[in-house]
Amino acid sequence: MNPISNALRPVGQAWDSVMARYSRQPVVVKVLILFVIALFFYALPLLRPPLITTNEIDFGGVMFQVAAFALVALGLNIVIGYAGLLDLGYVGFYATGAYTTGVLTSQHGSWPFFLALPVAIAVTMVTGVILGAPTLRVRGDYLAIVTLGFGEIIRICVKNIEWLGASAGIKDIPHPNTIGPKATPPFDPGGLFEIPRVEWDGLIPHLDKDHPVYFLVFGATNAIPYYWLILTALLLVLLGDRLVKNSRVGRAWEATREDEDAAELMGVPTFKFKLMAFALGAAIGGLSGSFYASGQGGYISPDSFPLLLSMLFVAAVIVGGSGNRWGAIAGGALVAYLPERFREFADYRLLFFGVALTVLAVWRPEGLLPPRRTRRAKAAAAEIEALEEGELDEELEETRNV
Amino acid sequence: MDFGNLFGSPENFLSYTMGGLVFGAIYALIALGYTMVYGVLQLINFAHSEVFMYGTFAVAWVFILLHGTGSATWDLGEAVPVLLVALLAACALSAGVALLIERVAYRPLLNKNAPKLIALISAIGASFALAEAMGLRDRFAEVFRLDDNLADYVAPGKARDVFTNPVTIREHDLFTIGGYSLSDIDLVIIVSALLMMVALDQFVRRTRFGRGIRAVAQDPESAALMGVNPTRVVQVTFVIGGLMAGVAATLYMMKVGVTRQNAGFILGVKAFTAAVMGGIGNLRGALLGGLILGVMENWGSAVFGQSWKDVVAFVLLVLILLVRPSGLLGEALGKARA
Amino acid sequence: MSDNNEAPVSLGKSTGAAPAATATGRALLEVDHVTLRFGGLTALDDVSFEIREGEILGLIGPNGAGKTTCFNVMTGVYRPTSGEARFDGTSLTKLKRHKITQLGLARTFQNIRLFKSMTVLENVMVGTDAHSKVGFWDALLRTPRHRKTEAASLARAKELLDLVGIKARHDELASNLSYGDQRRLEIARAMGTNPKLLCLDEPAAGFNPAEKVKLMELIRKVRDTGYTVLLIEHDMRLVMGVTDRIVVLEFGQKIAEGSPAEIRDNPAVIAAYLGVDEDAS
Repeated sequence: MNPISNALRPVGQAWDSVMARYSRQPVVVKVLILFVIALFFYALPLLRPPLITTNEIDFGGVMFQVAAFALVALGLNIVIGYAGLLDLGYVGFYATGAYTTGVLTSQHGSWPFFLALPVAIAVTMVTGVILGAPTLRVRGDYLAIVTLGFGEIIRICVKNIEWLGASAGIKDIPHPNTIGPKATPPFDPGGLFEIPRVEWDGLIPHLDKDHPVYFLVFGATNAIPYYWLILTALLLVLLGDRLVKNSRVGRAWEATREDEDAAELMGVPTFKFKLMAFALGAAIGGLSGSFYASGQGGYISPDSFPLLLSMLFVAAVIVGGSGNRWGAIAGGALVAYLPERFREFADYRLLFFGVALTVLAVWRPEGLLPPRRTRRAKAAAAEIEALEEGELDEELEETRNV
Repeated sequence: MDFGNLFGSPENFLSYTMGGLVFGAIYALIALGYTMVYGVLQLINFAHSEVFMYGTFAVAWVFILLHGTGSATWDLGEAVPVLLVALLAACALSAGVALLIERVAYRPLLNKNAPKLIALISAIGASFALAEAMGLRDRFAEVFRLDDNLADYVAPGKARDVFTNPVTIREHDLFTIGGYSLSDIDLVIIVSALLMMVALDQFVRRTRFGRGIRAVAQDPESAALMGVNPTRVVQVTFVIGGLMAGVAATLYMMKVGVTRQNAGFILGVKAFTAAVMGGIGNLRGALLGGLILGVMENWGSAVFGQSWKDVVAFVLLVLILLVRPSGLLGEALGKARA
Repeated sequence: MSDNNEAPVSLGKSTGAAPAATATGRALLEVDHVTLRFGGLTALDDVSFEIREGEILGLIGPNGAGKTTCFNVMTGVYRPTSGEARFDGTSLTKLKRHKITQLGLARTFQNIRLFKSMTVLENVMVGTDAHSKVGFWDALLRTPRHRKTEAASLARAKELLDLVGIKARHDELASNLSYGDQRRLEIARAMGTNPKLLCLDEPAAGFNPAEKVKLMELIRKVRDTGYTVLLIEHDMRLVMGVTDRIVVLEFGQKIAEGSPAEIRDNPAVIAAYLGVDEDAS
């Protein structure tokens, strides 16, 4: 086959064997393992392991970006990976969530963030249904272009409507409310208690009490509480994703994606399930956008939601492994993390991912970590190819010997 | 909303309409690239927008090469020699980029019979890579230590800004209809577009290559059995699209005079809209769609304001795809009658 | 041209529908003066017949006779230009495809359309999901309705896989199955939708004689479990051996209808297949 496929196959196999051993464990052990892993991710910005940490920049902030992208990728994976709908305008949902939050908390109201959040999700979901209802009847590649059109329409509308802040955008979007006593600068940082972080001296860790995280203060100074918030949302969405996918809903999505006509003839109401996937994707996009609005210095503008963000989202899912929730998360994390870790890389990010998309489309369209079924199918195909080539060589040998 | 702005006076109306036709002609030429590739491969060449964009840079580069960076204003007649060179350069570069895209992003997938969506993803990647490469041209020049020699061309530090043709071509009014004056540039644009359209139409209908294109559009396997080389046909199709885009780029630079690395995107979307509106795969449809789109978006900007102009294209795109995806003229490339 | 309405003798058990104790089954699917034109081509010309509950009906005819077209009209894939197809009294013309399946009509495909990337079990479960009322919230919250439906779906799917004989391969990807097993899977999946009428579109295509014999047994077993079967086939021996009644099409028109014995001796049918004797397949 090709070098990329060959290089990545062991990754898939290793992942498979890890998952196999995991599924053999009793439930209690599984829960424990999951708990420890989750704990690790919560602690990650505090642990600041060497090599991974991006030193000059706020690692907590980077983790926030990574988690935000991973969440978006997870949502888009439902639309593209499960239901097979190529959505090139996902940034529209992201923007809808962000702007709804901005409008409710700052521009035209002063709702607290956690009250605005469910409304933002609902509004975005409704937008998804409105967009999806006429659109989802359209064929594959046309659907992609229509969604792209919608994404841009949303951006241009937002840019031109005064009530939504026009080009100036919306500022002073408040942070989520602090849990515990409020911060009163400059002396009282607020919060219930402090959590120290870890400083590394080469490979030796030290406890660093000079830069603690105040639990749980959402402010402009420390992104770690935001990261925890998004991580929690990510875990919840992950759980929901798993529950819904392993049910007739998930099967209906897969059948629709594989062969829509055959699915219809087997009794699957394909339109309903496509719309459901679209709406769910929209809701998750809105959730993410909401966090973005409140987190990024409390300011959003139409320029925060360009088309190329949609493309990066799509790249995250496709490069990571469309149809596999872990692949999507990995892809999202990669898209967000690489430019931060390798700062010189940031300017080349779009070029790199553009090239990556094309290269992967040609050599490994299933992405880095595709769903197990795809790996099984590809493995079977590779075996057949190898067998055929083996036979061919044998035949040549024989004719030569005659 | 100001309908009076558009319909209030004949001058205004003609001005907006004619202006729309001029840009529509440019959209039509770019649309030809989309429509031909779709006709032959049933693929949307997402990267065609960059084929156009590279052509615009070629034009600007030729002017810098032959004239230098001092700004100047020329009449159309004066500019003709340089324009012809620029036209050649734009066509060559656009066609080259188109061939590159075909070879790298499409052919390996077509050989494998990959699903269409994968090809679309590949094209999207190519589109972004190409646009970004242009935006990073100063960095690339640095890497090869050419940034001093090529400074005028790569605009170090400003590679992502608007890239201006130092020579502005002055428009002269030729004649007046109902209060509106048609300029020489506008006339050249409209006439050129029509000529190219006719030429292409004749090519597809009358020549051997054209027959080959129609054959592959209808049934690639049978065409191959009849001795037509599908790969060659696909290449020719891409080249033709590139040439048309090169012409469009030259006309565009004549009229607008500035470009940037993402100039392709918005024009590409509009051209694609035009192609779909006219009936994708239909050459005349591309012309019709382009002209209609140009006029409608100009009317839209008259009524709703400049900032809403692009929305017109997107809204039209969405409406067409939802309501009548086969377009106005409906026919596909393969069905063109001899 | 013989137009014989002699009914089949045995019926087998029916599943929940009106019991027909007499020899004449009630009409389950009626093709009522169906004409279908594609532009200038008349694919079907005033075709009328019915499928009776509990029988195995064969639809045959030379290539190009319109069998698949008729089949597609009967399963709601094409809308007729005039006339209508009715299933259980309900007209199929305006019905959405998935609703037709929920009414009780299921089919397989001539060129096998399995969900390639799903496992054998999952493929059948898509079928058994056809009547499921489980939605997003049921799945998310793992309501009792979800749990019950899922367990029932799973059990029924395994049962069907056992019936067609591929239970051991249940965890395989559908695309990794052998050709014969893929056909069986398609049948199992269609049966999963709990149909009253099961339509098989050239199920024996590509089979060798031994496999065809096994297929005949399977079809009989399916009917005996309580399904009505419509069979399109080229292989005469198979059709003669397994069907109760046969309808013959030629150039879009019905030219004969009757029991296998009658059809075999029917001069119009022999003429339609001129040059092809009954032993060829």
